[in-house]
Amino acid sequence: MCPKPKRKYTTVSIPRTLFTKIKARIEDTGFSSVSDYVTYVLREIFAEEVQQSTEKAFSSEDEKRVKERLRALGYLD
Amino acid sequence: MKVNQAHGGGLVSRILSEKASNKLKEQVSEFQDIAISSSMADIVQNVGHGVLSPLIGFMTKEEVDNVLDDMRLLSDTPWTIPILLDVDQTSGISIGDEVVLSLDGIPAATLSIEDIFTLNRRKFSQQVFGTQDSEHPGVARVHTMGKTLLGGKLSVISSPPTNFAEVTLYPLDTRILFKTKGWQTIVAFQTRNPPHLGHEYVEKTALTFVDGIFINPLIGPKKPGDFRDEVILDAYRALMKTYFLRENSVLSILRSPMYYAGPREAIHHAIMRKNFGCTHFIVGRDHAGVGIFYHPFAAQEIFSQFPDIGITSLPFKSFFYCTKCRSIANDKTCPHPTSDHVNFSGTEIRRHFKEGRIPPESLMRREVAEVIASHPEPFVK
Ligand SMILES: [Zn+2]
Repeated sequence: MCPKPKRKYTTVSIPRTLFTKIKARIEDTGFSSVSDYVTYVLREIFAEEVQQSTEKAFSSEDEKRVKERLRALGYLD
Repeated sequence: MKVNQAHGGGLVSRILSEKASNKLKEQVSEFQDIAISSSMADIVQNVGHGVLSPLIGFMTKEEVDNVLDDMRLLSDTPWTIPILLDVDQTSGISIGDEVVLSLDGIPAATLSIEDIFTLNRRKFSQQVFGTQDSEHPGVARVHTMGKTLLGGKLSVISSPPTNFAEVTLYPLDTRILFKTKGWQTIVAFQTRNPPHLGHEYVEKTALTFVDGIFINPLIGPKKPGDFRDEVILDAYRALMKTYFLRENSVLSILRSPMYYAGPREAIHHAIMRKNFGCTHFIVGRDHAGVGIFYHPFAAQEIFSQFPDIGITSLPFKSFFYCTKCRSIANDKTCPHPTSDHVNFSGTEIRRHFKEGRIPPESLMRREVAEVIASHPEPFVK
């Protein structure tokens, strides 16, 4: 018995007018469908948002220990 | 001051604390032991130190299939090369077990087994290398892999002693180094060869627009005729000592296998350098290519499929010496015909050394050439 394969795609609704506008916009571009374009743009925006959030920095103990090693190896004065 | 974020969110660390690692070492005889190669041990260390963030271990079948089909992890994060642990036999190993991976009898890590599955060599080769031709070194290697794959989380117990420890930095090290140096924009240069003038011009052209350059030779299994690792390192040390500014350049190695996967590997190389904290990545002509398996610019073009990769690719044209310009130039800067151009050919440079000569200074810096020539055997046999 095979497990039912998970569907890779799902549907998001956008206004038909926007769909039509995008469809016209992507003619003769590398985008083969409105879905491709929307996926691309959303990934781009999402990545920018992630980029702007602050990542947990390293601890001060880490920093002290690593800097000592970097000095010993000659990477820092 | 902030360096680039690690891929997929945060920098991974799967290195056990000294206390936890010592405790495990005492109990090691209770675990089933799987011997791994030194190349696999490099991958284990890379996972442990976050070079492969956000991965925390070896991929499961579902993850592998997603990477092969869509060039993304199940989290939708861009990822192009499956990270696999292959074994020849799995008797006595079940899902849910914790096993020890050891190198030369020394425990390197534990693996919590989440999946045991079969390697589909044809699919892997076709998707990653775009071919099933066994003349392709990556395909040939896939055919030597064990038929079973183990997926699961790693916890690194110890780091094996290695050569080149003095030039080994991991992402936490480089992130602290870049931050301390006050660099925000950092370009990474991937290499497997000693630098000729063409490389130097690419590096310096990129460096002109960023705070610092991270020169990061890939150290790993090599083909006969390749330059030895120590030769590449000595050559870069010689170049950087005289021709780079110490305040904006850093050299350290990355132990990682070459897959010769062309465009997919260019993405993989860029992701690893993002984890080191780099913001830009130099992609040359036929990056990570071999023979004529890839279009020369496929590795540069593939970046347009990943708006969310989080590192900027810098696609470079090859540099050459133009006898009319009387300088080093490329297609974008020189209006003269190719008959006026002298190309920087790695093959020609190798030929000079093989015939016991030093390449002319129009190809390679004298300091670099001399240090290579001082090695009794610069090539892998
Ligand atoms: Zn010219």
